[in-house]
Amino acid sequence: MNDWLLALLGTLLFVALAPLFAAWVKRVKCWLQNRSSPALLQPYRDLRRLFSKQVVMAETASPLFVMTPYIIAGATLLAAAVVPFIAVNLPTAAIADVIVLAGFFSLARFFLALAGMDVGTAFGGMGSSREMTIAALAEPAMLVAVFTLAMVASSTNLSTVIDQILAQGLVLRPSLLFALLGLMLVGIAETGRIPVDNPATHLELTMIHEAMVLEYSGRHLALIEWAAQIKLLIYGVLIVNIFFPWGIATHNSVTALAIGAAVVFFKLMVLGALLAVGESVLAKMRLFRVPAFLVLALTLALIGLLSHIILEVG
Amino acid sequence: MSTSLLLAVTLVLPLLSGVVASAADHRPALMRGLVFPLLGVAGLMAVGLGGHALLQGTSETLVYPLGLPWLHWHLRVDPLAGFFLALIGFVVTAVSLFGPGYVREFEHGKQSLAVLGFFTGLFVSGMLMVVVAADAFSFMLAWELMSLSSYFLVAYQHRNAANRRAGFLYLLMAEVGALTILLGFGVLAGFGDGFSFAAMRAAPLTPAWASIAFALGVFGFGMKAGLVPLHAWLPEAHPVAPSHISALMSGVMLKVAVYGFIRFSFDLIGNVHWAWGVALLIIASITAVFGVLYALMQHDLKRLLAYSSVENIGIIFIGLGLSMIFYGTGFPLLGTLGLVAALYHTLSHALFKSLLFLGAGAVLQRSHERDLDRMGGLLRRMPWTGLFFLVGCISISALPPFNGFVSEWLTFQTALQVPSLESGVLRAVIPLAAAVLALTGALAAACFVKVYGTAFLGQARTRRVRRSNEAGRGMLLGQALLALACLLSGIFPTLAIDAMANVTRSLTGQVLPAATAKGWLWLTPISADTASYSAPLVFVGMLLALLAWAVVNFILRPAGRVVTVRSDAWDCGFGPLSARMQYTATSFSMPIRRIFAPLWPGQADAERDARTGPGSEARQTRYQVRTGDVTWKWFYRPVVQLLHATTRRVSRIQTGNLRHYLGYTFVTLLLLLWLIT
Repeated sequence: MNDWLLALLGTLLFVALAPLFAAWVKRVKCWLQNRSSPALLQPYRDLRRLFSKQVVMAETASPLFVMTPYIIAGATLLAAAVVPFIAVNLPTAAIADVIVLAGFFSLARFFLALAGMDVGTAFGGMGSSREMTIAALAEPAMLVAVFTLAMVASSTNLSTVIDQILAQGLVLRPSLLFALLGLMLVGIAETGRIPVDNPATHLELTMIHEAMVLEYSGRHLALIEWAAQIKLLIYGVLIVNIFFPWGIATHNSVTALAIGAAVVFFKLMVLGALLAVGESVLAKMRLFRVPAFLVLALTLALIGLLSHIILEVG
Repeated sequence: MSTSLLLAVTLVLPLLSGVVASAADHRPALMRGLVFPLLGVAGLMAVGLGGHALLQGTSETLVYPLGLPWLHWHLRVDPLAGFFLALIGFVVTAVSLFGPGYVREFEHGKQSLAVLGFFTGLFVSGMLMVVVAADAFSFMLAWELMSLSSYFLVAYQHRNAANRRAGFLYLLMAEVGALTILLGFGVLAGFGDGFSFAAMRAAPLTPAWASIAFALGVFGFGMKAGLVPLHAWLPEAHPVAPSHISALMSGVMLKVAVYGFIRFSFDLIGNVHWAWGVALLIIASITAVFGVLYALMQHDLKRLLAYSSVENIGIIFIGLGLSMIFYGTGFPLLGTLGLVAALYHTLSHALFKSLLFLGAGAVLQRSHERDLDRMGGLLRRMPWTGLFFLVGCISISALPPFNGFVSEWLTFQTALQVPSLESGVLRAVIPLAAAVLALTGALAAACFVKVYGTAFLGQARTRRVRRSNEAGRGMLLGQALLALACLLSGIFPTLAIDAMANVTRSLTGQVLPAATAKGWLWLTPISADTASYSAPLVFVGMLLALLAWAVVNFILRPAGRVVTVRSDAWDCGFGPLSARMQYTATSFSMPIRRIFAPLWPGQADAERDARTGPGSEARQTRYQVRTGDVTWKWFYRPVVQLLHATTRRVSRIQTGNLRHYLGYTFVTLLLLLWLIT
């Protein structure tokens, strides 16, 4: 019971911190670009403002349009619940393994793409079409990267994977290195960051994610934005906790949890800074360059998989 | 003996419904009052009979004094047959609810209702009999009954030349497949000294002959199931049949082929070789990705669903291929996992594909439209059909917590167990198949976003679609039944896998002990540490999300705590949007068509027809994309050319001169005499 409570608290903390991570990335980006940055609490203010505003909905919107933000938020929350954040071996991790995690993202994306086509504007359909195209290439790359991990640890449960990597100690595995690179590229594509998509854009023809949510406003938009921030944090936590799990709490004492929290904070700060650097030095790609980017991710992940099979087994 | 009688009644009832239907031309009310109810009762009895055998794990062989004098009909209800019997029965029940409303449009048509009802009865009876047949003779008889009667259903609307062509293609390929199956049985019967399955099972096969039999089986059953490149009849035949028949053909008849394959290779041939599994895995992976890519390119709804059936058959055979590899290399537990994954996907696909075809039928009947590019906004006009169709789309896109996800998840789990294999090649091939499966799943999701988004969401693109209304109650009930089954088999995978244990036990003597070891809440196929999935908890999570929606919508909003206003959609300030500005199915799949363009060289064919007016601006521009099936070019045309060349050579001896023919007769007689002495 205690474990379940802890898992619930961990998830709440995760969800609460997600906007902060987005704000941190933005702040580093502003520093790099010599701009003055918004406050770290700005995303929270935005969310509060959106939640309190009235919803303006298109006349043609169907009930699916209204339900979609809740479904997206629900699926993303479930995903956040199963990712080991500060501690491993929590009971919620058994609800879903890493393939189901990818399934949660697919579910959210499926409904978001449908909602984009619901109102019947050209932009919505454009965004949906692009999003599903990118996802069709990103998802296999993500799964192959994940398969590498699963084979290294002979498990697809995230907790077990982290335990295994902790137990094996600091060894350089080429497979994990390639998987890490692949997963980072996929993460960039899936969370709609530069160079695949630009979260700050409002230039209609280049939009992907923003084109789908163009018709959303008020609390619906708040839910979707929050879910996007949570998704970004999930990818961040996946990367830092699987590939660099040292410091994560393996038992539930207060000191272990405090150390785990501090370490994961630090790791995420570094990762966020890296992401900001990447976003500052790269320009957004043309849409039809993105497949090459994702095929690169897939190839890296496949190389990781094969190098595990050929070099590390047997 | 009661089972014997029950089985006989189950098989005869559809025939009876066919006979009754013969009178339906004069009294159309018979279809509603007797023909479909009889089918429904037969379906329920099949569910009961099959479910009993499946859950009890019993197998009973029944001999009926029919057929050849020296070979009575052997019918056997074992767990494997029971599983498929129940599956067929369930879909037939749903179709019998859907049918009466759907065939109403044929009542005043040019085609005869009697023909439709008669052959539907034969078709259902044939399918039910295939899965219980226990000797090659009754199997082939039932198989032909199924193939031939479905030919008449495919060619039902025969006034359209394309339908006649599709029917002929179907008949041709079905017969070639049946011949191959017959040859396969011939190999087994030759070694096993008898046509009953019991004798074939005991046949001492050399590896070479076993491989030949297996190859014949793959070809014959694969042709019926739709493995690439033997699938060409499928996208032609399935769309042109009446929709409830399409549901039966795609949902169930392909599964009968899967049944035949499992029975033939796992049961009759027995000792599977791992190399067969590798071959099957490669064919199946190609089938899966080929099917989904072609499905994405279609804008005819029923044709799209037919190509998607090709994809799903690929996924089923990936599971079977993995299973063979693991059985053949001495990992029976993992082999069983692969088999369970394949069976689960068989179940899932039967449910959601029937559901989608019934939904397509409802749309077709109400809007008279099969072209996705002309639909739109149907959710508003047909809300219930829209809801059930959405369930089908979510299931087929392999999204949790529905059933398609469970079966793909199980297939992934099987594929991830490769480190236990010793051969490096196998260890490299299987993950590639898993990557292909991942790609297939993601493309399928894109495909069904396209389908649902263009057909049910957005705004109506034509007047007929704008004026369509909700389907009748019976039609909705049939869809509701299947949608509920999709949901339940997605939420309670542990119960379904427990039931399947008897199938694998009777087939290979293996079960998955750990799969449900932690209770019904947790699905842990290998062990709790390796992988776990709790579909019920995921479902509860999603239910909570919907509850939040309900609270906001039904409590907070009426109380005035939150405000929602309606306004125009964002049109960039230019003026009103029209329905023609929406993304169509063709435009939705354009990026994917462009990315995968190398896969169909010269096939994606854009055609522009711009008639320029007095100014230099185009007055009329047409944009059309045709995607022909590439297997016609690479596989069928060479085969046909070879056939033509050979026949031309052979026909040289046909001189038309009497003396030559007499000469042939003389030479033949001489040869025979020489042979006899």
